[in-house]
Amino acid sequence: MPGNKTVPWTIWSVEHLNRRQETAMDMNDKTSPLASDDTHDPNRRKALSCLAAWTGAAVVWTVAGGVPRALGATTDGKTTAAAKNALTFVQISDTHIGFKKDANPDVVGSLRRAIADIHALPQAPAFVVHTGDISHLSRPDEFGQARELFQELKVDRLHTVPGEHDTIDDGLTGYLKFFDHDGKGKGWYSFDQGGVHFIGLTNTLNFKMGTMTSLGDEQLAWLKSDLAHVSHSTPVVVLAHIPMWTVYAQWGWGTADADQALALLRPFGSVTVLNGHIHQVLQKVEGNVALHTAMSLAYPLPTPGQEGIGEPGPLKVPAGELGKRLGIRQLSVVRGRRELALVDQPLER
Amino acid sequence: MYELFTRLATTRTRAAAVLAAVFAIAFAAPAIFAGAAPAPTVDITKFAFAPKEITIAPGTKVVWTNHDEIPHTVTATDKAFDSKALDTSDRYEHTFSTEGDYAYFCSVHPFMTGIVHVRKQ
Repeated sequence: MPGNKTVPWTIWSVEHLNRRQETAMDMNDKTSPLASDDTHDPNRRKALSCLAAWTGAAVVWTVAGGVPRALGATTDGKTTAAAKNALTFVQISDTHIGFKKDANPDVVGSLRRAIADIHALPQAPAFVVHTGDISHLSRPDEFGQARELFQELKVDRLHTVPGEHDTIDDGLTGYLKFFDHDGKGKGWYSFDQGGVHFIGLTNTLNFKMGTMTSLGDEQLAWLKSDLAHVSHSTPVVVLAHIPMWTVYAQWGWGTADADQALALLRPFGSVTVLNGHIHQVLQKVEGNVALHTAMSLAYPLPTPGQEGIGEPGPLKVPAGELGKRLGIRQLSVVRGRRELALVDQPLER
Repeated sequence: MYELFTRLATTRTRAAAVLAAVFAIAFAAPAIFAGAAPAPTVDITKFAFAPKEITIAPGTKVVWTNHDEIPHTVTATDKAFDSKALDTSDRYEHTFSTEGDYAYFCSVHPFMTGIVHVRKQ
C-alpha cells in the first residue's frame, strides 16, 4: 500500500483499461510496487491500490468511444475538457451529512466546496452520481438537509445509491422518502444515457453476523433480467456503495456475493463499477471490469490494515491540518495516449 | 495439649469463615435484592464490544454505550432485540429474563460480535 505520509502531494499517472489494455498505475515513484510492468495478462486479478487525496474532491467521468474514463478532478477549473459530444458526469460520495465530530466538523462546507468545484468545470456534467452514505445516521433531518444541498447543484439530475449509514435504522424506508430514484420503492434501478447503461445497486441491506454484506438473491435476479435487454457492446456503469470486490474482509470492506454480479457483467465489453464506503481511492481491474472506490466528502479513513490502527474509524488530524488532508484531485487525459495523469494535492499547502 | 491447641485453632478458623460469610450475605444480598447493583455494562469502542462475552442472572439489565464516532447497533442474530443506530455516547439497554445464550452483532459492522450468557446463579 503506497502511502508516503511525508510527501504533501503525489502525482500518479494511470493508463486506463479498455478491452485489450490492462490498466496500470505507472508511478513516478519507481520504488512503488505498482510501478512494475505487470500489465500483460488481462485476466490477471490484480488489485491496483493507490491512495490518493483523502476527501474533498469530486471525480469527473466521461464516456467517449464506449470506455468511461476518469477525466479530471474538480479543482479551479483546471480539468481537461472532455471530447466534444462526450457524456460527462461527476461522482461524489460519502457526504455523511449530520457528522459533526472532530475529524470534520463542517461536512456541509466540504460538500458546498465540491458543488462549487463542479460548477467551475469547463464542461457542465450531464448529472451527478452519489455513491452512498448521504447521511450519517439515516435521520430525516439529515436526508432533508442533504437534499436541499444537492438542489444547489446546477445539473439535471442526481442519481444516488444508499450507503449503510442511510439504511441503518429502517432499511430503505427513510432513504426512499427523499431519494426514490424511479418511484418503484427499490434501492436498485437502471437508466440509459449517452449510450451508456447505468445501474444503481444497494448492498447495505443484508448484513449477517460475521460476514460481509451482500446484494441478495432478489437483487441479483433483477440485475440478470435488467442486463438481458442490454447488448454486450453497450458500456455499463454500476454504482454501489460498498466495494464490489474484497478490499479488506476484516473490516467488512467487500460484498460477499459480488462475484455473482460480476459474472453477469463480464460478457460486456466495458464495465465500470463505482463504489464509495472506504473514503479513499482504490482501483482494481479484472478483464473488462474496472472497479474504483471514491474519496469521501466527510472525513478520512485509514488504509486497509493501516499500521497502528485497528479499526476503520474516522481519522482525526491535528487542528489546522484538515485542509491539508482534504485533497483535490485532478485527472487529465494525455493527448494521443490512453493514459490519464492524476494530480493529487491538498486543498491547503 | 498440642491436640487441644490444634482443635482450638481449627474452631477459630471456622468461626472466622462463618463470620465472613455472614458479613458477605449481610452486605451483598440486600444490594442484589434491592436492585442497587449496577447493571452490567458493555462498552462499544474501537469497533468492538467489550467485554465481548458476559454472564448474568435472569432478570438482569445490560447496558451498552457507544464510545465510537461511528454509529453502531446492538442486534441479536435472531433479531430478538435490536437497538436503533447508536450515535456517540448513546446507550441501549435490554433486560434478559430467561436463561440462554444470546449472540448479537453490529448490523452495519457484522464482524463486531458479542454474546450474553444468561444463567441461574
